[in-house]
Formats: sequence, structure tokens, C-alpha cells
Amino acid sequence: MNLTTVSVNGLDYTKAVSPSMTLLEFLREELGLTGTKNGCDSGECGCCSVMVDGKPMLSCLMLVLEAEGHKITTIEGIAQGNDLHPVQEAMVEYGAIQCGYCTPAMVINGVHLLENNKNPSNEEIKECISATVCRCTGYNSIERAIHSAAAKMKGGCHG
Amino acid sequence: MVDLTKGYPDKGYKIIGKPVPLIDSRAKVMGQALYTDDIRLHNPLTIKILRSPYPSANILSLDTKDALALKGVKGILTGADFKNTFGVLTISKDEPAIARDVVRYEGEPIAAVAAETETIAEAALKLIKVNYEITEAVLDSKTALKPTDRPLHPELNKENNLHKKVLQEFGDMEQGFSEADVVIEKRFRFASINHGFTEPHATQVEIDNKGNITVYSATQVPHYLHMAMAEVLEIPEHNIRIVKPHLGGGFGGKSDPFPHEMIAAKFALDLGRNVKIKFTREEVFFSHHGRHQTDLTMKLGFSKEKGITALGLDTLIDGGAYGSFGIVTTYYNGVLLQGPYKIPNFRFHVNRMYTNKPMCGAMRGHGGVNPRFASEVLLDMACAEIGLDPAETRLKMIHKENTLTTNEFRITSVGLQNGLKEAMRRTKWHEKYGKLPFGKGIGVACGFFISGSALPIHWNKLPSSTVRMTIDHDGGVTVYSGATDIGQGSDTMLAQMAAEVLGQSLGNIKVISADTRITPVDLGSYSSRVTFMAGNASRNAAIRMRKILVEAACALLDIDPPKYEKPEKSKDFFRQGGLKPDFEQGFLGPNPDYSDGFIFEDGLIRSENHNQSVTFLEAVEKALEFEGILQTSGTYRAPKLGGKFKGAGAGLSPSYSFTAFIVEVTVDSETGFIKVDKATCAHDCGFPLNPLAVNGQIEGCIHMGLGQALMEEMVYDNGATQNPSFLDYKIPSAFEQPVVDIVPTFSDDSEGPFGAKEAGEGILAPIIPAIANAVYDAVGIRLTQLPMRPDRVIFALEKAKKDKGATS
Repeated sequence: MNLTTVSVNGLDYTKAVSPSMTLLEFLREELGLTGTKNGCDSGECGCCSVMVDGKPMLSCLMLVLEAEGHKITTIEGIAQGNDLHPVQEAMVEYGAIQCGYCTPAMVINGVHLLENNKNPSNEEIKECISATVCRCTGYNSIERAIHSAAAKMKGGCHG
Repeated sequence: MVDLTKGYPDKGYKIIGKPVPLIDSRAKVMGQALYTDDIRLHNPLTIKILRSPYPSANILSLDTKDALALKGVKGILTGADFKNTFGVLTISKDEPAIARDVVRYEGEPIAAVAAETETIAEAALKLIKVNYEITEAVLDSKTALKPTDRPLHPELNKENNLHKKVLQEFGDMEQGFSEADVVIEKRFRFASINHGFTEPHATQVEIDNKGNITVYSATQVPHYLHMAMAEVLEIPEHNIRIVKPHLGGGFGGKSDPFPHEMIAAKFALDLGRNVKIKFTREEVFFSHHGRHQTDLTMKLGFSKEKGITALGLDTLIDGGAYGSFGIVTTYYNGVLLQGPYKIPNFRFHVNRMYTNKPMCGAMRGHGGVNPRFASEVLLDMACAEIGLDPAETRLKMIHKENTLTTNEFRITSVGLQNGLKEAMRRTKWHEKYGKLPFGKGIGVACGFFISGSALPIHWNKLPSSTVRMTIDHDGGVTVYSGATDIGQGSDTMLAQMAAEVLGQSLGNIKVISADTRITPVDLGSYSSRVTFMAGNASRNAAIRMRKILVEAACALLDIDPPKYEKPEKSKDFFRQGGLKPDFEQGFLGPNPDYSDGFIFEDGLIRSENHNQSVTFLEAVEKALEFEGILQTSGTYRAPKLGGKFKGAGAGLSPSYSFTAFIVEVTVDSETGFIKVDKATCAHDCGFPLNPLAVNGQIEGCIHMGLGQALMEEMVYDNGATQNPSFLDYKIPSAFEQPVVDIVPTFSDDSEGPFGAKEAGEGILAPIIPAIANAVYDAVGIRLTQLPMRPDRVIFALEKAKKDKGATS
């Protein structure tokens, strides 16, 4: 076992972990942050995406020991209390959520896109969405949601 | 946001027909919604399953001694621990929880380990010694037809591996073909495909050590699981509580009871410990249950004047190792061709075969998808041969309202004609069809689907759906339903019913669903039954509640309560709904008219005649005075339908949805790559209860149809799954998804709740042949094998070139 300190959603957690533990297992099993989903455990589906220093990464492909010294943001760290991020709000409003299993990862990727690109093109939005497998929506409503969130964020409603 | 209600009639509803986000979407978007594997039970054991590396083998010996001796291992189960087999259909209970003596597919459970940690469980699997005698595997459905002295299921006493044979014939086929101007026969082949839901199967079992278990499971069918589990574990159903937490997609892939559910429950009972199991993605593909690999030959007779004169098909479907829903699939491969057009002479012969492969079962569009492809492509070919416009031709042939099909399905509401006309207008069909440059094409296809199966799987006289409704002393309304929200939004639909009838906001309606301890029996989420059946049940529970509240309001206002006269039974076989509720009977009727002279709105209950009102809460308090609790139930029962011949029950539904697609494609004749540019969809789901949810279903069906059309296939080599991952089993991404245009399409269904029909499955089938027909329009080739991979496109193009060279 190795002692490690990982910063998750602004708090430092120090835990003794097995060196083979993935960041995904750490979040779900050690911290109980089950918003991050495990759809394949091998980097294919994207459902386990979290932000590592502001960039989306697949937490199933990252060992928790590699996360030491980095800032991890999970879906639980996106909304401010009850205030949803514009991407989250738009996902709800545009019906971009059906079964919801890919939703946390879609939000992580969408938030990253819009916080780094105020005017994303259709292609850039598709690229962003392609990071995650969604089997319910056909992606169209997610695209509309991200477009709408981009417009809203440009209007200066959030952050 | 665009107005999604545009194009639909305004019926004056407050909640119904409005685009409302699904009521659980806020919890989901915050990561708070708990799926099965997210639940944290106290100190659970982890279960892992040892799976067979061979598709066909005898288990000569199984030694679990070393594994059991490993520290942290608490128990091991093998086939010998389960006496009873199971299956979702009572007539096809052929699957063991763990293989006993015989292995029938690669990936079949051989043993299961419960251990303190996942690592220990995995280590223990490696210590189990199995001595297999590899036997000759039956790898395809043609071979399965041959006589053999060792069939997969000797208990069926058959000389080959036939699971189910269905042959039905209506009219006079010979006569039908003789009346045709053109007769075309073609063979079509379809790969097996997987549901590809994102949440892998998962189950957790909590034990109270008084002999009761609570099974949290990712299932579409809590009720069927409940029954199957009681039988397999040989304990009463009341000792088992099935709870379906949030569910990450089903599409039919979670509509069977599964071996791992039985294994988990048995471990919990045997060991007195909470347990959990979750599949890897590989295990999801190994257990499969997807759409059947299909080989069908179809013959169409078509007359310029009369339309379709005869349709016949011979079909082999590869069922894999066990029955699953296969008997239903076998029928659906034929009967789901009975719409959207009249087929006067019709014959189908379908054989479902057992093979040594993972079993196939129900998948979105169940059984109807592959034959739909064949029939719509043949129809296109007939039109091309005679020189008819394929869209205009289809328009003329769509079923008329209130008619019977040749096999006696009752067709009630049909609103597709206007939708297809509008789709043709929007796509500029007449300007494009046959006139686009080489490489660009436009195609059309139609389909239809059941709004729930009228007959239950387990024969009984209970209602198809029952909903319980309560109102608390503070006016909060709770809907209790066994219907299973699998992401399609059924909880939201149930809440909309109650909110509309009781004049409440959606936020004042709580839904508790899919918990067999507290919700009434509902048959589950399959066959697109939930909106029509559970929707009607929720609506009827609310109507009973409304009556109680109106009577309480009248008592408070000191006015006479409305008189509820027993309605005269409808004599119109095609229009049983819309009558006054029959409060003297257990069943109020389908979609009753609940107008009672009162208006429920803004927290008030107002008498229209007396222009007096009480608050909703006052009425609730008054109604509570006597009973102490305010509770009603509502039910749905399908009307008596269908013919008297054997197998007449298959495909019977109280109503049918209708769909048309016009698809525009670009075909790259050098790479063979097909790009679907635009899909224009007209789907008649009666009156859409929630256009936001309906549009989501349409776009989702387009995605899934596109996948089957262009890229998805399960690949087997000697029975071994070759592509059990999302890297190798490709599904469309946002880049492949076309631009979607949804044409508002509706009809007046008198029996659907507020006029609604299904919107979850029927949409999928016709997009696939619409793509194929567009490819023909683009480059002149007829593709008859799915998926329409680039190599097949190139091969067909080269063949077409050669054929042309040969004839010129």
C-alpha cells in the first residue's frame, strides 16, 4: 500500500492505496464519488471522464498514484451548490439526458470545451462529444445543449 | 429553443403535450442519480464469474478445493447448486444459472466465487480446475437444421437444433403472385448486433438475515425477474424484493432474468452476506442477448393498380445457446410485416435455431427490424422496375384507419399519410428523387410497431398495468408504478398523467417506480408498452382520485356531486376509448373522458356551474377525514383482439405506431463509404405527450438504426466473440449522426392515454432500408447484407460495373 494525497474538487484526501488502484476506483470506492461512471474500465466508452488540472482524462486509465499533485474535478465539483453550470442547465433543458449514464462525462467534456473556447464550431462540439459513448440520444440534443450553453456563457451569465 | 409543440394540435392541456425535461435529469446531470453499482451496501462480498473458454464442451470435472481454500473466499457456486432452469418466457425456460455438465456458448458461467475483495475473487477464479471435453460446436443456423444425435437441448426431443418454427399463411399466395405485374425474390443477410447500453449489467443483494433479500438490479423487468428468481432459488416471492435503481440504458438487453442475478441472490442467502456483482464490458458482449443473426429470402408480388399482391418469406434466425425471448422473435419476424401496408396474401416461415453462440433475444424493434429492411428494399425495387415513385406509392398503400390487417390486427389510428407528405415537401422529394448527381441519393421507407403486446407473457387475468396513487395530508401526490424507467422517461410520463388530471404542477408529483415491495405489478419495459399501458393506468388512478376530491369539494361547498352514469359499452371495435369512466367496474376503460364540471387549477378545485371553489388542500383534508389515507388504483386492460387461428396472439396490440423516413446520403464510390447526410422522420405516435422526449427517442432510434445499417456486427470465429469491446464493436459517433428533421405527425388514438401511442422502437426499423434505398438512388446498387460496410459497397459497385459491361 502507498500513502497518497489527491486533490479532488478542491479538497485534499490522503489515503493508503494499492499501487494498482485506478483514479476511477479511488473516486468511486474510496471517496464514494459515484457520479463518475465505469462503463468499460478500459478507456473505450469515456463515461469515467474527470478533469485533471482542467483537462478531461479517462480516470479508468490513470492510476491514483499518478493523480498525486494534480487537481481532480469530478461531476460532483461542477455545480456550485444548487447552481448548475450552464452546460448542465442546457443538458437538462434540451432533453440531452435520457439514461444519464454518459451524462457526467458529457458535462465534464462540455465544460472543458466552453471554458477554453467561447465560439466552438459544430465540428469542435462534435469532437468534444465524441469523447464519450452515448447510446440513447443520437448526440443531436447534446450538440444543441452545448451550442446553447456557449451562447449563454458568452452573454456572461456564468463565471 | 425552438417551439417543439409547433405543428401539433393545441388540445388545451397544461402539462400534456408540452416539452418537459425528464424529472430525474437534474439528479443525473449532477452525478447524484444512483445506478445499481453506485449503491453502497454494508460490507458486501464481491462476486466474479468463471466463464467457459469453449463454445461447446462437456464438463468432466470441476475442482474448487484450492479456490475455496484461498483466504478471503467465502463461497463458490457451480451448476450443481441450481436445480431449476429459467427463462423470461414460461414456454422456454431452458437456461441454467450456471452450466451443469454441458457448456453451450463461449462465456457461459461455469462457476462463481464470492470473496471479500475483487482481487481475491479474481485470484480464486484462476484456482478453479475445470476438465473440459471439447465437443463439436454448432456454429451457424444452417448446420443447426441438420439432424444430429446430440442437440444442444435434448430435453426438447428434437432431431436437430430447431428451437421454434412458425409457419403462417393467409390468403392465396399463388393467386397473389399471379396478379402481380412484377415478382421479385431476394436473399438478405443480417449480422447479429448488440444493444450497446453504456451501463454494464450489475446486481447487488442486501440480506436481512430473516430470510429476505433485496435485489438491486439493472433490469427492465423487475416482475419477471421476481418470478424467475423465486423459482430458481425455491423460495416464496415475498421473501424477495426487486428494486431497479437508475438504469443506464436497456434497449431490450436487460429484459431477461440473468444468471448473475440468480448467482448473487443465492450467495446472499447461503452466506448471509450482502453481495455485489458488476460485469466488465467484455462480459456484456459475452452474454449478449442482442438482435438475431438472420438469413431470409423474401418474395414480393406487386401490381401497379393493386399495390402489394403477395409477400412471402423464409427465414432462419440464429438464436444462440438459449431461448430468451426467441419464440416471440420468431413470430415477430413475420407478423410485424402486417403494416404499414395491406398485404392481402401473406406467408411466412421462420425457424429459430439453437447454436453454440451467446444467446440472442429482444432488441429495440424486436424481430421486426430485419424483415422490414427486406420488404422495404423489395418494394423500392418493384417501384423502380415499374417506374413508380416509391414515396407516392407508399402513401397510397398505408393502412386506412379502423381496418383489419390480413392476419386480423386491429388498426385504429393512423396519422402517417400527412407526415409522409410533409416529409416529401420538406425534403423536396420530387425535385431530388432520381435526379441527384452520381454519389448523392435520396430514399424512403416506412414501418409500424406495436404499442405494447396485448397479451401477457405469463398467462393470467391480472391487468396489464396497475398504478397506485396516494395524496398526503399536505397535498403531495405520489405515483407508485412497477413500470421501469430505463432512461426513456417513463417516470416523467407517469407524473405528467397525474399532474394533468389533478391540475398539479409536475413538481408536486413524486414517482416511486420498479420496487416490487411497494409498487404494484407491471410487466416491465419491453414491447413499447409503458406509455400506452402504464400511462393509462396512471391516468385512471388519477381520475379515481379526482372523483374523491370532487366529492369532497362538493361536501365542502354543499352542492350535489356530479352524477357518474355507467357508460354504454362501446360498440365500435375500433374505438373503445374516450367514454365516460366506468366507476362501477374495476377498469375505468382506456383513456376515459374525465370532464366532470370541475376545473382543477392554480391550487383550486372550482365548480364550473356554481362558480365556487375550494382549495386543493381543503378538498384533500376533507377527503382524509374518513379514510385517513387517500389512495386509489388505476389499471389498464387491453381489449379482446385477434383471430382464432394458432399463433393469432403474436403481435396483437391495442394500437400501432407508424413511421416514415426520407434519408439523404452521399456515397463515396472510391472508398465505399456511406455518409448519411440528413434523416427526415415522420413518426405517428398518436398525440405526443412530451415532444422533447419523443424527439429524443427519434434521434436515438436514428443513431441505433444507423449503427446496424453501416457498421455494427457481432463477429464470431468458431463460436468465439471477436469484438467484445467498444473499440472493436463500432457504434456511430456524433460525426456519423446525420442532421435530423422531425416532421410533426400525429393521429387521434381514442384508447391511448391522452391519445398517445408508442415512440420508442418502431422508429428504428425503417431508417435502415431508407438508407439502402438512398444508396441505390445514389450509385445504383442494391445492398442486401447488413451492415453496409465499405467493402460490400465496393464489391457491389464492381459487380454492377461488370454486369453492365456484360450486357452492353
